[in-house]
Amino acid sequence: MTQLSVQHDEGAPFDVVLLYIFTGVGAFAALLAAAFTEDPLFRFHSYLFLVAFVLAAGVMTAGIGYGKFRSDPTRYSDGVIRAGVIATMFWGVVAMLVGVVIAAQLTWPTIFYFPEAGWLNFGRLRPLHTSGVIFAFGGNALIATSFWVVQRTCRARLGGGVAPWFVFWGYQLFIVLAATGYLAGITQSKEYAEPEWYVDLWLAVVWVAYLLVFLGTIWKRKEPHIYVANWFYLAFIITVAILHIVNNLSLPVDLLHHRSYSVYAGVQDALVQWWYGHNAVGFFLTAGFLGMMYYFVPKRAERPVYSYRLSIVHFWSLIFIYIWAGPHHLHYTALPQWTQTLGATFSIMLWMPSWGGMINGLMTLSGAWDKLRTDPVIRMMVVALAFYGMSTFEGPLMSLREVNALSHYTDWTIGHVHSGALGWVGFISFGAVYCMVPWLWKKDRIYSNTLIEWHFWIATTGILLYIAAMWVSGIMEGLMWREYTPQGFLANSFVETVAAKHIENIIRTVGGLMYLSGTVIMSYNLWRTVRMPGHEALPQGAASLPALAAAQ
Amino acid sequence: MSNRETDEHSGVETTGHEWDGIRELDNPLPRWWLYIFYGSIVIAVIYWVLMPSWPGINSYAKGVLGQSDRVDVARQLEALNQQRGAEGAMLRTASLETIEADPKLQAYALAVGQSVFGDNCATCHGVGGTGFKGYPNLRDDVWLWGGSLEEIQHTLQVGVRSDNPNTRQSQMPAFGRDQILQPAQVDDLTEFVVALSSRSANVAAIKRAAPVYVAQCSACHGPQGKGDIKQGAPDLTDAEWLYGAERADIRNQIWTGQGGVMPTWEGRLSPETIKALAVYIHANAGGQ
Repeated sequence: MTQLSVQHDEGAPFDVVLLYIFTGVGAFAALLAAAFTEDPLFRFHSYLFLVAFVLAAGVMTAGIGYGKFRSDPTRYSDGVIRAGVIATMFWGVVAMLVGVVIAAQLTWPTIFYFPEAGWLNFGRLRPLHTSGVIFAFGGNALIATSFWVVQRTCRARLGGGVAPWFVFWGYQLFIVLAATGYLAGITQSKEYAEPEWYVDLWLAVVWVAYLLVFLGTIWKRKEPHIYVANWFYLAFIITVAILHIVNNLSLPVDLLHHRSYSVYAGVQDALVQWWYGHNAVGFFLTAGFLGMMYYFVPKRAERPVYSYRLSIVHFWSLIFIYIWAGPHHLHYTALPQWTQTLGATFSIMLWMPSWGGMINGLMTLSGAWDKLRTDPVIRMMVVALAFYGMSTFEGPLMSLREVNALSHYTDWTIGHVHSGALGWVGFISFGAVYCMVPWLWKKDRIYSNTLIEWHFWIATTGILLYIAAMWVSGIMEGLMWREYTPQGFLANSFVETVAAKHIENIIRTVGGLMYLSGTVIMSYNLWRTVRMPGHEALPQGAASLPALAAAQ
Repeated sequence: MSNRETDEHSGVETTGHEWDGIRELDNPLPRWWLYIFYGSIVIAVIYWVLMPSWPGINSYAKGVLGQSDRVDVARQLEALNQQRGAEGAMLRTASLETIEADPKLQAYALAVGQSVFGDNCATCHGVGGTGFKGYPNLRDDVWLWGGSLEEIQHTLQVGVRSDNPNTRQSQMPAFGRDQILQPAQVDDLTEFVVALSSRSANVAAIKRAAPVYVAQCSACHGPQGKGDIKQGAPDLTDAEWLYGAERADIRNQIWTGQGGVMPTWEGRLSPETIKALAVYIHANAGGQ
């Protein structure tokens, strides 16, 4: 089939030429930056940009020469999704491994302390873990599944020609820049938004390209209506773009220096940061993964979605209410009290809109509950929904000022985040990937169902150990912090509360290690799946083709 | 729209749309879901009425209850002061000796000291104050800068090698690294220092090191190696070693002349808190 396209080659398509020029200009700009900067960290990242652009330009030179960029417009573009699945699993293992390392550092600080290697310090590794899991693992899972879902539910090939590949590789470059930056000590000290201004700018470019690809695909759709999963994906993409750009507005000290200062000051800066931070949870980790859920749960269960009306009402109420809830991260701070009230009350109102997604997911399984016994992938997605429901109840609870007075700054928050991240985000992504891999690589099934069972049980036990340990240690340290002596002085020093959590920290490390083991088992299982013989009878690409072909 | 069909399992109609094989049922909103949602909105509105909530142009709705965090905090601090009682006020004026002589005041100062020690000092000196390598033990009777109440208070105030202009200051030269002595001389001196603390050492090396000790070390550590509290020079004849008692540790210290930093606490802690800390540290150590 490639032979055919070469014969008709009349030069590279316009979008390829455009991207080719872009990489060339980018490489030149990176070279100039590396040459003229006096900041060694900025030079290091300039070199990274340079290497990335030169590699891209080299690959494109070869690709254009061999006519590789001519693709069949009647087929779905699945190559970029395959790449996305590989990236998801790769970054997942890396980020979870870093999580286990920092959990061990908290448990055995004298053993896992490397004074000779500053980049292995907890302070450097912690953002690597959080950004790695949220943006590298979760982000790749979202991009890959959204590309799959939007094509299938619109019966249209991804828009933008070569742009989806730019989105994929651009996003990987963002991840590498962010990760190496953290290790080298580059940070603007905003949680989940640590990368500095030039990395932020790069991500903004990539993200807008992602938005355009997604919108372009919806624009070309051959279905009269837009499926609910796509509303959620679109809300995720648009809102994350807005959040990212507004929160990262800053002035670099020099265009050839990595350091920058936020345009906001004091409590305004804090509020913008947590407006961003909370809605990163709301739109990245909730709306995006609900989009994933709305496609893969009914698809795997082979049942219709429970309620169209519920999906509309909970979508719009979720979108409207979530954006207000950020101030609950700043209870009892310099933030005015009325703002805290609004943050807390909107969090309470957010409870049912969040649960709408859980109800729609779980009730979709009515008529297919028997599959829970036989299909560990369905079970994984059901557990994901259960953890989603649990953590979206816990969230409003913790946003109450009285509860927050105890829970804030303690391990309870860490436990809450991980019931969402490990339970909801992780499991729904694993479920989606287990579904997609046989489709993408044209296999009948996953290599081993037994290994999926092992993954499921090890990881589920790991999550339970993790969050139970964090509940116990969080409430304990919260109570210890507020304890007074009869004379009216604090009864416990901070380090005593740290020492008191040792057992819980061990349990947390074990739980995290179990979760990581599950992901490693999954990666092995997927690798064996990809290496299985495919169904030979079908011509390449035909398996995913019928719907699109029928529409031609 | 015309493709509405009835789902066999539930008997509910679909909406008639299909995407990649996925259909949607036309179920109504679950009642309990809707009522809880309404309920949460009602709760939010009630909360807005009662508490500080919506902003206007120049101010915000203060709330019917008139609750205010700032007022609450002021009240709680006042209650804490009441709880701390008369001793709190007396600590401000009493001298260190008076505090130690008055059992009630001393007990109070010890309680303050313990609380403050845990959050400010334990990070380096350990929860029990027994120190670590490079961080002095505060529970023994060996003091680099003096163990009297006044000396401890002064050390707390100005720190050691800190950025306070009156800081306690001493600097042991890096005899090896800065090539003041030959490596062989450092080896000999190590034997000499080991012998000072009544341990067996190489006699020939001690003989060779004796003049070097007199020339290089005795000015601070004294001719007998007893140290000098005025200069913060440690006693080399006892069993306490800040940077380790082994030969390798001692050689390393002669080679590099390490010296740690203790921050100045003036300005960070109130004078009466520093007093209480001094009393606490003094009482727990073999004070002088």
